[in-house]
Amino acid sequence: MRRAVTTCVVLVAGLGLAGCGSGSSSPAASTTAGGGSSASASSQVAGDITVLAAASLTESFTTIAKQFEAAHPGTTVTLSFGASSALATQVTSGAPADVFASASAKNMDAVVSAGAATDPKTFAQNVMEIAVPPSNPGGVTGVESLAGSGVKTALCQEQVPCGATAAKVFANAGVTVKPVTLEPDVKSVLSKVTLGEVDAGVVYVTDVRAAGDKVEGIPIPADVNASTSYPIAALDDAPNAATAKAFVDYVLSAEGAKVLTAAGFEQP
Amino acid sequence: MTLDARERQRRASTGGASRRPPAPLLVPALVGVAFLVVPLLGLLVRAPWGDAWRILRESQASEALRLSLWTSSVATVIALVVGVPLAWLLARSSFPGLRLVRALVTLPLVLPPVVGGVALLLAFGRNGFLGRWLDEWFGLTIPFSPVAVVMAETFVAMPFLVVTVEGALRAANQGYEQAAATLGAGRMTVFRRVTLPMVAPSLAAGAVLCWARALGEFGATITFAGSFPGRTQTMPIAVYYALETDPDAAILLSLVLLLVSVAILVALRDRWLRGGTV
Amino acid sequence: MSSRGLDARVEVRRGGFVLDAAVRAAPGEVLAVLGPNGSGKSTLLGAVAGLVPLAGGSIRLDDVVLDDASTGAFVEAAHRPVGFVFQDYRLFPHLSVLDNVAFSPRVRGRSRAEARAVAAGWLERLGLADLSRRRPHLLSGGQAQRVALGRALAGSPDLLLLDEPLSALDARTRLDVQAELRTHLAEFGGPSLLVTHDPLEALVLADRLVVLEGGRVVQEGSPAEVARRPATEYVARLVGLNLYAGTADADGVALEGGGRFVVPDHGERGEVLVALRPSAVTVSAQPPGPSSARNTWAATISGLTLLTDRVRLDLDGEPSCLVDITPAAVADLGLSAGQRVWLSAKAVDLEVYAR
Repeated sequence: MRRAVTTCVVLVAGLGLAGCGSGSSSPAASTTAGGGSSASASSQVAGDITVLAAASLTESFTTIAKQFEAAHPGTTVTLSFGASSALATQVTSGAPADVFASASAKNMDAVVSAGAATDPKTFAQNVMEIAVPPSNPGGVTGVESLAGSGVKTALCQEQVPCGATAAKVFANAGVTVKPVTLEPDVKSVLSKVTLGEVDAGVVYVTDVRAAGDKVEGIPIPADVNASTSYPIAALDDAPNAATAKAFVDYVLSAEGAKVLTAAGFEQP
Repeated sequence: MTLDARERQRRASTGGASRRPPAPLLVPALVGVAFLVVPLLGLLVRAPWGDAWRILRESQASEALRLSLWTSSVATVIALVVGVPLAWLLARSSFPGLRLVRALVTLPLVLPPVVGGVALLLAFGRNGFLGRWLDEWFGLTIPFSPVAVVMAETFVAMPFLVVTVEGALRAANQGYEQAAATLGAGRMTVFRRVTLPMVAPSLAAGAVLCWARALGEFGATITFAGSFPGRTQTMPIAVYYALETDPDAAILLSLVLLLVSVAILVALRDRWLRGGTV
Repeated sequence: MSSRGLDARVEVRRGGFVLDAAVRAAPGEVLAVLGPNGSGKSTLLGAVAGLVPLAGGSIRLDDVVLDDASTGAFVEAAHRPVGFVFQDYRLFPHLSVLDNVAFSPRVRGRSRAEARAVAAGWLERLGLADLSRRRPHLLSGGQAQRVALGRALAGSPDLLLLDEPLSALDARTRLDVQAELRTHLAEFGGPSLLVTHDPLEALVLADRLVVLEGGRVVQEGSPAEVARRPATEYVARLVGLNLYAGTADADGVALEGGGRFVVPDHGERGEVLVALRPSAVTVSAQPPGPSSARNTWAATISGLTLLTDRVRLDLDGEPSCLVDITPAAVADLGLSAGQRVWLSAKAVDLEVYAR
């Protein structure tokens, strides 16, 4: 079933978001020329690593992984994206992975308290935005619009960071939103918007930017918006510990920050 | 070699030869059984029996279970109403493109359910080529409703019924249908009074297979119908979500699903057996 | 032109096989269709019942056209007033005996209660009233056969078709059921077509015989005629006669396979058939002296088979011959395979008739 969802996300994204990664990655790719400085790591940095990352990191981590592979010839980064909560469960169940990047401190804490990782570092922050189909069929103007019963809204379910953060936004704004569906991760919410099946979805700023002109973003004012922070850690049982550490360092480096900022993330 | 009294009695009464299976069959068979049963034992062993009642009450299990039971039952009824005539058509008629139709009808058997969900979305979604008109003319939107759950389950499960019933129709002795015709029964009467009763056991088996498949449906449902507690969140989706946050609840929900499935399968089986011998 | 009863000229093609046969049966007449496997007997019944459409010819019952290949007229099986008793009975396994018999009246429009009353009446007549609530799989062969007959008759057909109705029964049951069937066929007012490969069944049950071979009618006539003067080797074997083809002249017949029979006063000329009963031939170990038998010839024993009360000898000679003698005679003469013997037959036992 887990695989089914992953397939689902990839497939829906593939159908609905064709080319979504290219908009954000091409400016980022042009910055790779300066990436050589961190390549001073020891010769142990080689071989394959598996990185489990929150779905909202799909585009930026794909770019970062490419740059990392270029900076460290002989390395291959395998990326697996999904809901942070699902990935955390995988890690604590002993999935063979090297790095975990979560979209919330809560899911990382679960991994740390399970003894699977130590000393996570926050590398980015993300705020929420309302994504609507380009024609804006629901006439959404802000968070208040979502409270109307005529507006079909998709949210992440609350166990997932994007769902928990959206709930904070609604609490801040003092509105009650009745979604039509609670999706397993943020990319699923976004694909429901790009397919036009819902009038609005509450997703991260970075997702709206990554989707390009497939969706229109309606910003949420700073005074009601909420953010989630992204911690990353090399896993204690990482099969390739040296490369895992190098990858974490690269994400935390200036090169990593550049890609993340270009994708719309805020630095912590 | 020796024969004990019980084995002597059995062979004498059935006239059968030894029923002791040869090792090359027995060993793989036992491996197969173990492979299927061990994961279920895993559920039983890991289940938090002490807190079971409290966890289940808090997990909205009954809501998801009720939704799962009625949607899979409705899906089965639809599959019967549409699928049995379809099976008859595939088994008994010939028209150009029959092979293609058969291939298309059985496609959901091999298609990943998620792909089915995407296809349903693109056809019946609000922007789908059919769903668009439903929305425009009648204000009907199917996704994210229990109707979508039923459709997703029917899409994935109906082929099981069609394939089972078609096979039975093919295997059925058409001599009985000829006999009914010579006795004055028209084609529809033959179908109703002779064909259907004769394939009844396969019909029941197909319906149960279909129902069980619908009950377990996950991929097409979450893609086409989404997930909202009480409306579109079926048991399998509830189990999946629970696994991420509260594995204990997931284990208990799985056990409930297992219990319901086993109970219904056993109940139906008993009924058929009685019906078959009287 | 107008005629009651069945009047059918049936032409059906199936792959390379062609059935082309004309049969007629008057009301109350039982016509047996006799023939080897693959001769087209069952196809003939299927065509009359409407299960197999004609490629040529037509089928009329009491002047109603049921099928006519030239006009395209076709009455569906369900609308033909025909009762069909199948070789394998085909009793519906999901219905009780009563409901099996009630099936035809019910689907022809009677209420359930009426149909069951009709069925109960038939079960009573057939002596099956005790079995009315049973399922078919619990019936003995003979019971199932009677139920199948009752089911066919309960629809009040104008024509009865029986496809090897007794062939699935063991020998003893067959005799009982055969006697009953004879009574019921006699009571039935319409024509009956009885397909069989058992000559005894045909002789006992039928008023007239049609012999089919390779899709064609090779002989037609009363049972006595057919039994006495078989037209083909197949029929001769069925009725247990030696049959020879030959050319007749004034005082005998020159046989095609070699040899000659002396037969005075037979009145035939040209191509004829000669039939000879195996029991009418005498066997001697020595060349016989002068006797009343006009035909004597030498032959070699190629086989001996014990039939219940006699021994059948297979003899090679001119002509070859089957001969029945008593086991005692076999012992007295010390006969064994490969032995040379002398055969004699009286001219009066030779049945000569035109081909």
